[in-house]
Amino acid sequence: MYKTTTLLGETFSFHSLKEIMAKANEERSGDELAGISASSMKERMAAKQVLADLTLSEIRNYPLLSPDEDNISELIENQLEAAVYEIIKNWTVAELREYILSDQHVSDDLLTLSQGLSSEMIAATAKIMSNLDLIQAASKIEVQTTCQTTIGQKGVLASRAQPNHPSDNIKGMRASLYEALSYGIGDAVIGINPVIDTTDNIYTLLHETKNMINEWSIPTQNCVLSHVTSQMRAIEKGAPADLIFQSLAGTEAGNDSFGISLPMLDEATALIQEKGTAAGPNRWYFETGQGSELSSEAHYGIDQVTLEARCYGLARHYQPFIVNTVVGFIGPEYLYNSKQVLRAGLEDHFMGKMHGLPMGVDVCYTNHMDADQNDMDNLSMLLGTAGVNFVIGVPMADDCMLNYQSLSYHDIATVRQVLGQTPAPLFAQWLEEQGITQNGRFTSKAGDPTIFMNLT
Amino acid sequence: MANSKRDPLESLKQFTPARIGVGRTGTRPLTKDVLQFRTDHAAAVDSVYGTVPEKILSEFNLFSVATQVESMEHYLKRPDYGRLLADEAKSILQKSCLQAPDVQVVVSDGLSAKAIEENLSDVYPALIDSLDSYNLKIGTSFFVKGGRVACMDEIGEILKPKALVLLIGERPGLMSAESMSAYMCYQPGKGKKESDRMVISNIHKRGTPPIEAAAHIGTLIDKMIQQQMSGVHLVI
Repeated sequence: MYKTTTLLGETFSFHSLKEIMAKANEERSGDELAGISASSMKERMAAKQVLADLTLSEIRNYPLLSPDEDNISELIENQLEAAVYEIIKNWTVAELREYILSDQHVSDDLLTLSQGLSSEMIAATAKIMSNLDLIQAASKIEVQTTCQTTIGQKGVLASRAQPNHPSDNIKGMRASLYEALSYGIGDAVIGINPVIDTTDNIYTLLHETKNMINEWSIPTQNCVLSHVTSQMRAIEKGAPADLIFQSLAGTEAGNDSFGISLPMLDEATALIQEKGTAAGPNRWYFETGQGSELSSEAHYGIDQVTLEARCYGLARHYQPFIVNTVVGFIGPEYLYNSKQVLRAGLEDHFMGKMHGLPMGVDVCYTNHMDADQNDMDNLSMLLGTAGVNFVIGVPMADDCMLNYQSLSYHDIATVRQVLGQTPAPLFAQWLEEQGITQNGRFTSKAGDPTIFMNLT
Repeated sequence: MANSKRDPLESLKQFTPARIGVGRTGTRPLTKDVLQFRTDHAAAVDSVYGTVPEKILSEFNLFSVATQVESMEHYLKRPDYGRLLADEAKSILQKSCLQAPDVQVVVSDGLSAKAIEENLSDVYPALIDSLDSYNLKIGTSFFVKGGRVACMDEIGEILKPKALVLLIGERPGLMSAESMSAYMCYQPGKGKKESDRMVISNIHKRGTPPIEAAAHIGTLIDKMIQQQMSGVHLVI
């Protein structure tokens, strides 16, 4: 593909779709590190203008990474619903953006449209959308999923309780979980990041999280976020798992560096369907995040927004219960500052929703990024208005195991209150039964973790 | 557990360093907890952007060389430049350093200048003692400003040590902004993989104690030289 355009008297040429896609991105350090970003603001705008005029069939016909070379490309190509694609193939990316944003088109229209869109087409649209476009479009799309309970309803902001401990101490995790529950956090999942990734430890943690759920009849699901293979071994040994987890990359080589393959994910799917403890049908939990392919040198010169979209193409194949981007975890060489993290969070959420995914975001940052907790306050509110399915909470926003900052339990309760959103219905009812809320408002018990202690 | 009935909240808090049991006003945390959290973050950020005091370096006769990094922003955005020495640095090393020692010790600020400031005085002399006790010929130690872990490879190419120890500041967390790591490699040079390097991390007063870490590094280096390898296959 060769395209040229004249912008304000200056002519810009692009030699491939890959180049157009990369240069059309809003500024981010990862594209600079990869050496593929626009060299000026005008070149960035020229790329956006060229991209806006491309048709969807051009995007399909010039694969960034050939399906013969990469099985994620192949999987995304095979997903396309021919009947939908035939109707839209001559649309430009500009027209696709306008269709998505039009008042005439509601959630069901967009989810039908989604079946005819490849991940690259969705990424292309995101590149010519403003932050408010991304919020508006995503807020229209309602994706409900069911594992043990159902989340994703309009007006629901669910949450993952992440009661990690630096040495996987069960009592410590319980203490942190009690704090979470007392703030109404944990309706999407009680999910532990283990320090030690052995079968025995995963087995123990799955049992312990399930025990906590059973002890208090909490309407939620459990998950231990280790490598998928160690979860599989634990589940085969009889460990109770509602969800099975894995991090995804947008290329075959990227997934290879994560130590996973499509047959492995298929095998895990079959196992959790057979031995999972939840009613289902949605039993996967996936995490993604811009930059992981570049960090494993598996990016093929493709920009990190497009690669992130391809993670969602892979994810939707497995009909997950929840997906979240860990947007600010990877570090400043991929997303340098709060402006870049905020943009990426909104892009990822929109692109996930546009794939029909139950999209959540880990609103987070590390200490070597140019960002602080105020930026997370901002992003959590923006994502709340965009209708994010769930966010992640840790005590006072400080994860004492992973050494990064996310949202606090307080923050999630605050976003719900300010935006008039509720926890998932069954969980909200449970909070009333525990006396933590009354008519949806905190009682004096809220925020007191000791209400869950067995003082014997 | 006698006092657990008296103070159940304290008995919960003892099980985790997580910031639990903090209470609330409305849905928001109390003022002291918010300010404590922001203070801990400030300390972490300051340690990223800080510089190692010259006094500490001169105390151990460490001269400084630079990588190709031009600024802190450049360092954070371009890890590849922190792996390469500045041209001037290469000739300085060639002129000033003992060639082909048994072990080369290098210190770098990395992501936390504070880690070096707080731990070097404890770790460095103990490390030299430990290496001496194995009768190893120690090279001329120096400091690299703006280094990444893989700067070990280029230094290895220039000075050809049998083994190299890099003491470098870790990415700061809120629990500790002054945590240091020791990376070790047998015959570092071009083409070395991450899995060829060994690391002792979390070196600080409340983590791996600096003196203990120094002794452990000495033992590992001695084994690397004896077995002529480093990484997962080293028999420890």
